[in-house]
Amino acid sequence: MTVTQTPSTPLSAPIELSFDYTRSLGPTLSAFMTGLAERRIVGARASDGRVFVPPAEFDPVTAQPLTDMVDVADEGSVVSWTWVPEALPGQPFDRPFAWALILLDGADTPLLHALDVPSAGAIATGMRVRARWTDSPVGNMNDIACFVPADGAAAPRTATATRVEPVEVITTPVQLTVQHSASIEETNYLKALEQGRLVGQRCPVCKKVYIPPRSACPTDGVPPGEYVELPDRGIVTTFCIVNVPFLGQKIKPPYVAAYVLLDGADIPFLHLILGCEASEVRMGMRVEAAWRPREEWGPTLQNIEYFRPTGEPDADYDSYKEHL
Amino acid sequence: MADVAVVAFAQAPQERHSSGTTNGVEALVPVFGQLYASTGLTNRDIGFWCSGSSDYLSGRAFSFISALDAIGTFPPIAESHVEADGAWALYEAWLKIKTGEVDTALAYGFGKSSAGLLRRTLALQLDPYTVAPLWPDSVSIAGLQARLGLDAGLWTERDMAEVAVRSRRDAETNPNAQLQGSKDVDELLAEPYFADPLRKHDCAPITDGAAAIVLASVERATEFTENPAVITGIAHRIESSHLGGRDLTSSPSTAAAGGAAGLDGARFDVAELHAPFSHQELILRSALGLDGDVHINPSGGPLAGNPMFAGGLTRIGEAANRILSGEAGRALAHATSGPALQQNLVCVMEAAR
Repeated sequence: MTVTQTPSTPLSAPIELSFDYTRSLGPTLSAFMTGLAERRIVGARASDGRVFVPPAEFDPVTAQPLTDMVDVADEGSVVSWTWVPEALPGQPFDRPFAWALILLDGADTPLLHALDVPSAGAIATGMRVRARWTDSPVGNMNDIACFVPADGAAAPRTATATRVEPVEVITTPVQLTVQHSASIEETNYLKALEQGRLVGQRCPVCKKVYIPPRSACPTDGVPPGEYVELPDRGIVTTFCIVNVPFLGQKIKPPYVAAYVLLDGADIPFLHLILGCEASEVRMGMRVEAAWRPREEWGPTLQNIEYFRPTGEPDADYDSYKEHL
Repeated sequence: MADVAVVAFAQAPQERHSSGTTNGVEALVPVFGQLYASTGLTNRDIGFWCSGSSDYLSGRAFSFISALDAIGTFPPIAESHVEADGAWALYEAWLKIKTGEVDTALAYGFGKSSAGLLRRTLALQLDPYTVAPLWPDSVSIAGLQARLGLDAGLWTERDMAEVAVRSRRDAETNPNAQLQGSKDVDELLAEPYFADPLRKHDCAPITDGAAAIVLASVERATEFTENPAVITGIAHRIESSHLGGRDLTSSPSTAAAGGAAGLDGARFDVAELHAPFSHQELILRSALGLDGDVHINPSGGPLAGNPMFAGGLTRIGEAANRILSGEAGRALAHATSGPALQQNLVCVMEAAR
């Protein structure tokens, strides 16, 4: 058996996750976002008399919905601030800026937003600041591009945009970059695939062979034991015929997705069955790997393009019934 | 209802960057192994399992399901999960024993903070309508909170640095701590700002890790340890998600949780406080009415290592350990979750009489 070296560093790769969250607003936040689209800042008056900006949806004391909407100024005072020497993706600037809690004139709770000043030395608690609006407000927090120092002179009242239809939904894109590492066991498995080999691992307690190997046996919770080289042939345990087209589909339906149990393994994995009519695929059918050309191999099970029938007699149901 | 005790605690080494996956299995297998060894229990003997972790942090769906491999789940186990620190998983496990349905439980938490940009990922715990779309990072939010107290004269940058110095010196006796050190206050105050008014020493490091605690009914607790840490009170409270509507210089939810947990002016030998930023320890001490006599964070606390989703559970474990070892008679532990101490849990433990 080929000795499998334990890699010192697991395989690792970045993945970018992104999703546009679409959220309904309800009456209170709809009034706030609609206000922003019209270059107005709207708060809500609570039962204790405080004007919340942004409006709280429910009264912090009575828990009743807050619907008494109040216009406040787009100018106010810095209550607290912190300096951002290095902006992060998604933040209002890609250069140094400050975050500030800003108490707008007419509000009783401070609003969090970005403050555009050249350095931390140009800010002080209590300084007067004013909203800088984007050219084309649409009804979300980024309609206020940032706040800027209000220079003594009376604030020119920002031109009110034309009245807009109520904003009832906002879309917030979320994007995260994550550096994923494979486990040591997965790394061994993937590196073996790169050489055209299939490597599983045997649980030292239940003796079952897992491919891909796992960091702990899901039945016994112990780290895996010896590596086991497996052949590139086995049987179909169960399968389905894919008739439905979907986005990103690479093969024209109908085709077969099946659980393939390699000879000597105890866990099947999902793969494609081609090389025969979909209607000919059956449980217990013997199959073998159809490898891609060697020059296309990488650390991936995609090196096997699909499995195809070998023509050998089918396996007895009893021989694989434990693996369904 | 059954009284409940902590009977064992174990943790993975706190590391800046672990090589493992984000599903926690590699970190948890040895941690569970330590707990089995110290209690004599096996994975088949635990009545209930509960985990705390986050898919945003791990960058994959249902990461807590993958983590179950570390337990071994056949035949099926009784299991639950919270998208919060493992301290809240412990709360659920405590409740499960209280009901009398089980008499042992294991709570665990895990997080690979280094897989993403932690302070940016944590922006996703902010209000999703009016705050999160701007992506304010967790360090900046803490910076805003720190300045409010500085401007109000409630604490100074020197007070904050003193918390960091004490934490990292105490961490020298903690083999699992990520950061240790003996710099003095003046040396720390000479460092540049990281997020003015915060310097790096004011912020918990980015930590990968895992922690787990075994709970048992007091009737069974002495089967597993000589000195069980009996939970005499545990409670958690949350504040509004409206950041501007809160007084960020105090922690009414901590005070309320402490009251519900029966703090009541009781004296403690040790307190482990989950303050990921130096000034937050000052807020918590005030909210819990802890005076100068209490040894706070003898483990080094979060400023010496703060594995996300295990950091709060680690506070309970470190506090319990002082009772399990016979050093302490009464211990207080605190866990936090959310921006600027939004949600807080207080756990009081005593040596069995």
